[in-house]
Amino acid sequence: MKLKDTIHYNWYKHLFVVFLLLVCVLGSAALTEADFSEVFENADQIGIFMGRLAHPDFSYIPDILDPMVKTLKMSVVGTVIGVLFAVPFAFLATTTVTRNPVVTGIIRFFLDIIRTIPNLLLAALLVAVIGIGEATGVLTIAVFTFGMVSQLIYESIETIDYGPIEAAESVGANKVQIAVWAVAPQILAQIASYTFYAFEVNVRASTVLGYVGAGGIGVVLNSSLALLKYERVSIIILTILVVVAIVDTLSEMIRRRLA
Amino acid sequence: MERSTKVRQWLIAALTLAIILYCAAGLDYSGLAAFSPSMGMDVLSGLMKPNWGFVYDGSGEDLVSLLLLTIGIAFLGTAIATVLAIPVMLLSASNLWRSHPWVARVGKFVCNVLRAFPELVYAIIFVRVVGPGPFAGVLAIGVHQIGMLGKLYTEEMEAMDEEPVEAVRAAGGNFWQAMFYARVPQLMPIYTSLSLNHFEIAVRSASTLGLVGAGGIGAPLIFAIQARNWDQVSIILLGVILTVFLLDLLTGYIRKKLR
Amino acid sequence: MISFEHVSKTYPNGVKGLKDINLTIGDGEFVSIIGLSGAGKSTLLRAVNRLIDITEGEITVNGVSVTKAGKKQLREIRRHIGMISQNFNLVKRSTVQKNVLSGRLGYYSTIKSILGLFSKEDYERTREALESVGLLDRLHTRSDELSGGQQQRVSIARTLVQQADVILADEPVASLDPITSRKILSDLQKINREMGKTILVNIHSVEMAKAFSTRIIAMKSGEVVFDGTPEELDGEALTRIYGRNILEEKEEEADET
Repeated sequence: MKLKDTIHYNWYKHLFVVFLLLVCVLGSAALTEADFSEVFENADQIGIFMGRLAHPDFSYIPDILDPMVKTLKMSVVGTVIGVLFAVPFAFLATTTVTRNPVVTGIIRFFLDIIRTIPNLLLAALLVAVIGIGEATGVLTIAVFTFGMVSQLIYESIETIDYGPIEAAESVGANKVQIAVWAVAPQILAQIASYTFYAFEVNVRASTVLGYVGAGGIGVVLNSSLALLKYERVSIIILTILVVVAIVDTLSEMIRRRLA
Repeated sequence: MERSTKVRQWLIAALTLAIILYCAAGLDYSGLAAFSPSMGMDVLSGLMKPNWGFVYDGSGEDLVSLLLLTIGIAFLGTAIATVLAIPVMLLSASNLWRSHPWVARVGKFVCNVLRAFPELVYAIIFVRVVGPGPFAGVLAIGVHQIGMLGKLYTEEMEAMDEEPVEAVRAAGGNFWQAMFYARVPQLMPIYTSLSLNHFEIAVRSASTLGLVGAGGIGAPLIFAIQARNWDQVSIILLGVILTVFLLDLLTGYIRKKLR
Repeated sequence: MISFEHVSKTYPNGVKGLKDINLTIGDGEFVSIIGLSGAGKSTLLRAVNRLIDITEGEITVNGVSVTKAGKKQLREIRRHIGMISQNFNLVKRSTVQKNVLSGRLGYYSTIKSILGLFSKEDYERTREALESVGLLDRLHTRSDELSGGQQQRVSIARTLVQQADVILADEPVASLDPITSRKILSDLQKINREMGKTILVNIHSVEMAKAFSTRIIAMKSGEVVFDGTPEELDGEALTRIYGRNILEEKEEEADET
């Protein structure tokens, strides 16, 4: 019996993929000077860390409540601004409304580029341009939300029911009227749902923004790390964890009711 | 009835608006005062003139080499995470532990703990363990992504179609035969797609980890930003955006092929 | 031979799936199980290879107790019982060949099957089984590229390579059109007649049950309310099973149109 008659008939394809992956892994290991023995040699270091992280300093809680609330406020404002800008751009990014593939193409390219910038880099850049502070954090979150939500919205615009659009067209509605009367009602609940989803993501992300000076709990996290106060790092991360969990549950609850 | 729902809708809208305004009012905007239009113009004109000389100079400290290193960090980190997320998934998928549901709960807890720490915190810890350099970045991304991928893998495993599994069991197959003949073929393309997606995300994170000394393009970028060396910032940002963009295209192509 | 002795099944939520079932199904019979949805047809079928554990009584297949079998014994029993179902239960992304071969898994050790080291004889069996359902040319086709009827025939081929003496068919035609349904059932009939395999089919259509089987069992709220030949299933019996004579109603509808 020949190999090509068995379930291994395309073995060479599998072999090629395995070979390719192996080359990539070995290549990147060489590039990054990976040496896993180091991890085990310094395992005691990890142990020390874990030990100190395991003893959160609960007396520090009062000092982190205020920055935590600030982080939440930043996320709320940033998310709202981001979504407000995302909606019109999302409409422009679909041919459903613009009927113009060139405009849509340009807008999409612009949104793609916005999305490729990692948000910590964006924060660092904005801090350099407009200075340290919470407003910078808000702006970062807004830009980040803008990129993320506009894509989600234009993808859902593309899957809507075309019946109402044709109906509106047949009575002579213009493009803005179509957007407002035929498209918006169909995706309103989805936009609201995406807003809460973005808020969830933003709360997580904004906790590290302070690292580059964009305000909120990240500032405290940064200083505790710099001062090697791991008991504090531990309680800060615990607090973030609890807040993120609460935000996740709340937002999931609301999103389920919106669906 | 209709009237009362209307009233409720208005109340919800008013409450949402009040929360947003409260959050917006509670932030500190003093940082913005330092910003002046001429400064903005200064930044803009710098960004318009990328420092092309940085692209490649053969020193190993140029843009191309650093971007390659960044991709290497992301790839190896994701590869490690993919391999290690599988045992985590096997532990935390509740459909594999029907008779011992507590095992799955322990597994999920492990995932949540791993995910709780931001990558930046892992990077700081690993810089102390293995010393500054790209390998610390690999480990930070790897450990963080185990939690992320572990959770997603588990969700897919729990949501999968159990009928082919039943068919193998009904023909006398055991647990591992059902695993390799019914589960793996179904999940393989989804898992590959998820890993590719996280490779993209990892490239973005890897370009920020340099911030804490974990290698890659992040460090030169931060230095350039802090030195207000805008032509340098410009070329690095261009490089990062182009890299992420191209990788998006590549992984998107592979993902489409997997279907 | 399959026998049910005082078999009852009570689900954890208190619902009674089966109530004191006593049945003997001889070798080579083609048995259709009819009844309304939720009457316990599926529970009865799945109890045979213990995909569902019964709470009382005992089921034996060829004299071996399914109910009391240990893990290893159960695997051995299951090798001899093929199963097909409404949704074909194929791994959609795997090839036809791999899906059919998976019927032989019960005969292999874990290591051998993970490495895909199937014997030459089993590849030959796969070819024969696919030939008998007319799909030999689709060996390396992905299963999801086949039509519903073809997919069901692949799953029949899987029970053939298993060399099972008994084939359980849980609503095999429920998601197929009437013409394909008849083809699938006549395939099963051919297997029953030519290879002498015992076949148990859950089916909604009374007409098809009457047309293809040698024996009909009807269930109502977990109990057997009819057990006899297709000829014996008359209007009076149907009224007992469904609350009204559904065959006659259909004829009347046909007359009107």
